[in-house]
Amino acid sequence: MAQVKLHGFWYSPFTLRVVLTLKLKGIPYENIEEDRFNKSPQLLEYNPVHKKTPVLVHDGKPLCESMIIVEYIDEKWPQYPLLPVDPYERAQARFWVKYADEMIPAVGALFSSSGVEERENSINKIWEHLKVVEQHCFGYEKNIFGGNTINIVDIAFGSAIKFLITIEDIIEVKILDAEKFPHLHSWFNNFKDAPVINENLPDHQKVVAFIKSLLQKSLQSS
Amino acid sequence: MAEVKLHGFWYSPFTLRVVWTLNLKDIPYENIEEDRFNKSPQLLQYNPVHKKTPVLVHDGKPICESMIIVEYIDEIWPQNSLLPADPYDRAQARFWVKYIDEMISTLSAIIRSKSSEDREKAKENLWERLGVVEDQCLKDENKFYGGDNINIVDIALGSFVKFIEVLEITFKVEILQTERFPHLHLWFNNFKDVQVIKENTPHQEKFVAFLKPLFEKILASS
Repeated sequence: MAQVKLHGFWYSPFTLRVVLTLKLKGIPYENIEEDRFNKSPQLLEYNPVHKKTPVLVHDGKPLCESMIIVEYIDEKWPQYPLLPVDPYERAQARFWVKYADEMIPAVGALFSSSGVEERENSINKIWEHLKVVEQHCFGYEKNIFGGNTINIVDIAFGSAIKFLITIEDIIEVKILDAEKFPHLHSWFNNFKDAPVINENLPDHQKVVAFIKSLLQKSLQSS
Repeated sequence: MAEVKLHGFWYSPFTLRVVWTLNLKDIPYENIEEDRFNKSPQLLQYNPVHKKTPVLVHDGKPICESMIIVEYIDEIWPQNSLLPADPYDRAQARFWVKYIDEMISTLSAIIRSKSSEDREKAKENLWERLGVVEDQCLKDENKFYGGDNINIVDIALGSFVKFIEVLEITFKVEILQTERFPHLHLWFNNFKDVQVIKENTPHQEKFVAFLKPLFEKILASS
């Protein structure tokens, strides 16, 4: 029996955070792919409150909420630490993780927006978020992202930006513009090419095609 | 010069969480009361991203976001610990803190309702969330979520329940019915009886007298 199991969706930015964490730390686990239209009874039992993925099951005990799972994994398996040692730096990291979490629904809203005005509002909202990160998270005194190693902030934002570029392809609008957001753009290029990250990001074309099909499915049923 | 400063609003549940935490751990601090309509330049400098309170300033370094501040304080001043020692229990506690924090939008909806139908709908949403807390979070029927002593979940929940009490009086709406939420009722009676909580919570009448005109002002400008 596997000690660690992960219930998730291969295409979800939230599941991705946990996958990257487990892989960076070299933790063996059993991957259980869930079907969002037919969730397993185990999942519903493990996450009765939200009925969502990802859920990590460690020695039979379930954990929910992607970044809470990431912090748990970091505490139980200290190799390749993802959180700073210093409490102040940890508070800073958590602040930016929270900010990344607030960005993902904004990207989701873009995905489900209908009409020109709604789409423009969604794009503006995302731009505001990206501007804040561009302005506050880079600079030589700042060590918010991991730098030479991946940290919890890289994971939180990396998954969010991966989701963003997927949606960019679907709606055919460039949002993470290299000219507007030079630091963020360059940071993401480094992130997606980094060892371990590179091998574990879902294939771009595959995830674009899948999310597109999800959108079509939801349009048909609405 | 005070080592610890707290920029806050005496009437805000978010600031209250930090006040309670500092007092539970006997940490001396300078309280800096902010004016939401005239925020100090220091506050805007300390929290440029959200421009909100509370902000804790420790040895000149600012920390933002109430529950991130609470975790930070707990790490630096470990007496009367507010987080479980076990990583799994810690993850569970953080899960509930996140769940409680996500209730804020339903509290805001009650404040900003422009009709009694809207308010009814907001109340039903809040009931749904409180129901989950009642059935899942407080199901063990311990004195506090933390067991014999209050912990991070009690602090998060306590600040919101206190605020809900004020909303009940201000908007003449019954929310925290004992029959509907028996665990919550018992738990909150225990919570508000804790000496430090009792001594560091402003009186109901003071809250209502201040917040009623404030809510009207907010509603008028929306």
